Amino acid sequence: MTRYIRRTAAFFLLLLAALLVNSARIQVLDADSLDHNQGNRRDTVSRYSQQRGPILVGGKPVTGSRDTGQQLRYERTYRQGPLYAPVTGYASQTYGTTLLENAEDSVLSGTDPMLAPFPFWNDITRGRSPGGKVATTIKAPMQRAGYEGLAGRRGAVVAIEPFSGRILALVSSPSYDPGLISGTGTEVTDAWTRLNGEAAQPMLNRAIRQTYPPGSAFKIVTAAAALDAGTVTDVEAPTDIAEPYVLPGTRTTLPNEAEGCDRASLEYAIRWSCNTVMAGLGVETGLSAMVKSAEKFGFNDSGIRIPSGVAASNFDTRMSDDQLALSSIGQFDTRATPLQMAMVASAVANGGELKYPFLVDRTLASDGDTLARTGERTYRRAMNPLTANRLRQMMIGVVEDGTGANAAIDGATVGGKTGTAQHGVSNSGTPYAWFIAWAQAGDSGRPAVAVAVVVEDAEADRADISGGGDAAPIARAVMEAALDG
Amino acid sequence: MTATTADAPPPAPPPRKRRGVELSLLVCAVLISVFGYISVGLGKNHTLPPDAAGYGAGLGALALLAHIVVRLRAPYADPLLLPIAILLNGLGLVLIYRLDLETPNDRAAPTQLIWSTLGAALFIAVVAFLRDHRVLQRYAYLSVATALGLLIVPIFFPAVNGAKIWIRFGGFSIQPGEFAKVLLAVFFAAYLAANRNALAHTGRRLWRLQLPTGRVLGPLVAIWALSVLVLVLERDLGTSLLFFGLFVIMLYVATGRTGWIAVGLLLAAVGAFAVGSLEPHVHSRVEDWLDPFASIDAGRGPGQLAQSLFAFAAGGMLGTGLGLGRSILIGFAAKSDFILATAGEELGLVGLTAIFLLYALLVARGFRTGLSLRDPFGRLLAIGLSSILGLQVFVIAGGVMGLIPLTGMAMPFLAQGGSSVVTNWVMVALLIRLSDSARRPRPEEDAR
Repeated sequence: MTRYIRRTAAFFLLLLAALLVNSARIQVLDADSLDHNQGNRRDTVSRYSQQRGPILVGGKPVTGSRDTGQQLRYERTYRQGPLYAPVTGYASQTYGTTLLENAEDSVLSGTDPMLAPFPFWNDITRGRSPGGKVATTIKAPMQRAGYEGLAGRRGAVVAIEPFSGRILALVSSPSYDPGLISGTGTEVTDAWTRLNGEAAQPMLNRAIRQTYPPGSAFKIVTAAAALDAGTVTDVEAPTDIAEPYVLPGTRTTLPNEAEGCDRASLEYAIRWSCNTVMAGLGVETGLSAMVKSAEKFGFNDSGIRIPSGVAASNFDTRMSDDQLALSSIGQFDTRATPLQMAMVASAVANGGELKYPFLVDRTLASDGDTLARTGERTYRRAMNPLTANRLRQMMIGVVEDGTGANAAIDGATVGGKTGTAQHGVSNSGTPYAWFIAWAQAGDSGRPAVAVAVVVEDAEADRADISGGGDAAPIARAVMEAALDG
Repeated sequence: MTATTADAPPPAPPPRKRRGVELSLLVCAVLISVFGYISVGLGKNHTLPPDAAGYGAGLGALALLAHIVVRLRAPYADPLLLPIAILLNGLGLVLIYRLDLETPNDRAAPTQLIWSTLGAALFIAVVAFLRDHRVLQRYAYLSVATALGLLIVPIFFPAVNGAKIWIRFGGFSIQPGEFAKVLLAVFFAAYLAANRNALAHTGRRLWRLQLPTGRVLGPLVAIWALSVLVLVLERDLGTSLLFFGLFVIMLYVATGRTGWIAVGLLLAAVGAFAVGSLEPHVHSRVEDWLDPFASIDAGRGPGQLAQSLFAFAAGGMLGTGLGLGRSILIGFAAKSDFILATAGEELGLVGLTAIFLLYALLVARGFRTGLSLRDPFGRLLAIGLSSILGLQVFVIAGGVMGLIPLTGMAMPFLAQGGSSVVTNWVMVALLIRLSDSARRPRPEEDAR
């Protein structure tokens, strides 16, 4: 019997070996693919098992956390959700993350290796650090001024600090409360369906994800190109562009809203927004110089991250002269995000040097230690300093005695440019009202803020839509808030 | 060199009882369990569990009482058996307590502690009152009658989760099949011990197979077939597989006929195929085993086996730490059938290997006992009991790890389940008794 007992024992040894080999296979060899199986909820569960780090505006959190007691335990809450939604985006247990919630997710959720005092140790223990904080560059009073200025109308406001590139305000309107879609369940899916179905598209981030024809606001770019290329050497000298202006190679004449545009100087054309002069200057400057100049401001760049991706603004690189003429006054295929137009104003204000825009000042560990700070860096030199200086003077003229008078602020130097962009089939759509501007306190050596405002108000009477009337007051409110701060 | 060492065998060394080893191992087992208990509290809530001292004292008291009764009544018993049982039972309580924290409305640890106490009490009773294992041989037919009775009773009770293996009364439910397996092992051992020569050497020869006479083989096959049939009717496939394996192993050890194993495997294969393709409950488990992720691909979310595999994978080499895993995602069977997944997730490959080695050591000591015993009944009973443990561990562990199709069974000592833990304690008590006989100095040696 002994022999058979020994053989049976050997059989059990074989079973033991099978178990050990199999557990090693699952826990070591296949572990990675099992960990990342789409049906495995562990990542999701542990992601929501701790509070998500806050997003800070002016040092104060604009996000919060709610303990649901469910399997996905902590749910994101938002203070003043609609106001900051274009900055924060949403962090939803059902629909994932967007904008800062997405771009800084590893810090906020605590997975960033920088958060662990000993990263290697966390690898071994598979621990998760407490969520870190993300401090934004947003200034609350400016954000509020922009949001309240739009008052629910469709549009966007972007304000940038010209010498650093900090984004001081990023407003999109109408907005939504990201808290509505934070959790799970039918309430969330219903809110999602409703928000996505609304005609006003409240979840669209108009400030960085929507491009508009920039209209006359683009004339600043055209002027910069003309000055840099030497098409214009004396801004006060009359040009040779007559009114009416026939688009090259066509019989179409270009209308002017303003008077006195016949052979007007560049300075006059900017101040009163003469289409004919600017279209003609664009053609005289030539396609390649115009493209080069536009791209120095950031057009055609799909790689801009603030850190969320910014939709590329467009200036066509292959056009006939009549198309170039229209493009030079911000029509035809030319399209720009509000952020792009704020960059244009910012470049002029900063002496031609365009700073890379950014929204995150720094990231911090939960205990307040700084993890990373966003450094200021130059995007490009958009124009010569001399050109910038001339443009500054011309933009000041627009506000002092021109289409942008509504943006004037007592005790400060303000430069601006209005725009009224036609769009739609045969320009049938309600025009977009643009205003781009910068402001410098009287006692300061450099401009404090550059701003772009777009209002796409479908309900207003067409005739009332104009950059000076609708957009300039909003820009002024935002700039006043910047000068106060 | 002197001439005194001529032909006389060297005097046998005085037999060693090793009770001190057992006591120190027991202290370790209790300390490890208490440490695990504290670790769960710290990992999950960052506080010491309020009842850690009570748990430690309770487990320690059980261990001490069991040790004292072994010291008094089975002083030569194998010193590893009791500490391993205490450690596994303690670890099981820790894991169940840990899973209780995820389901505050469904606490199983207190009940499990009561059952464990009952099991330890039965252990003490068996060791104290069963002075010689050969007494059991006399009750072979009573055993088998009781076993069959226990197996049949649940048919009259409603099914739970697809299997009719429970008897419910009051707040408690028991699984009679668990007790039946010990009784059946006793019967098999007694019957085979009495008839092994007839089984091995009489009857007609058919090709390479020696067929025993129907008179000898008949009752054995009948009882085995009946129990398996009942279990199939009750859809308790794990236990029927266990009985089948137990039968084949004991028959092989008793007769040494390899042919029996071949026949057994063939029958098992045919039976498994038939049941696997005809019975929907089993069929779905086989399909689940073949492709654990099918339900994910079909958009229905992961099934239990997929969740179990995820849990093992999440543990990796060193585990997440007690209280820090997410094996509760497995669902309702997390504390019973799938408790090993929690061990795999929170203790990792290292902890899982340790648990497997504990079981292997338990089985190995049982086999050692079987080898050392002189009487065929004792040998067969020791092998039978160890095989039950070994087979059960393999079938359930292989099932939850996707090695073989899943069959609902309880991981000995580890899983939630009163009948199971009580039965396992009785089995360890019998092994203690058997090992005591195996290691006890023989009367003639005393006389020398």
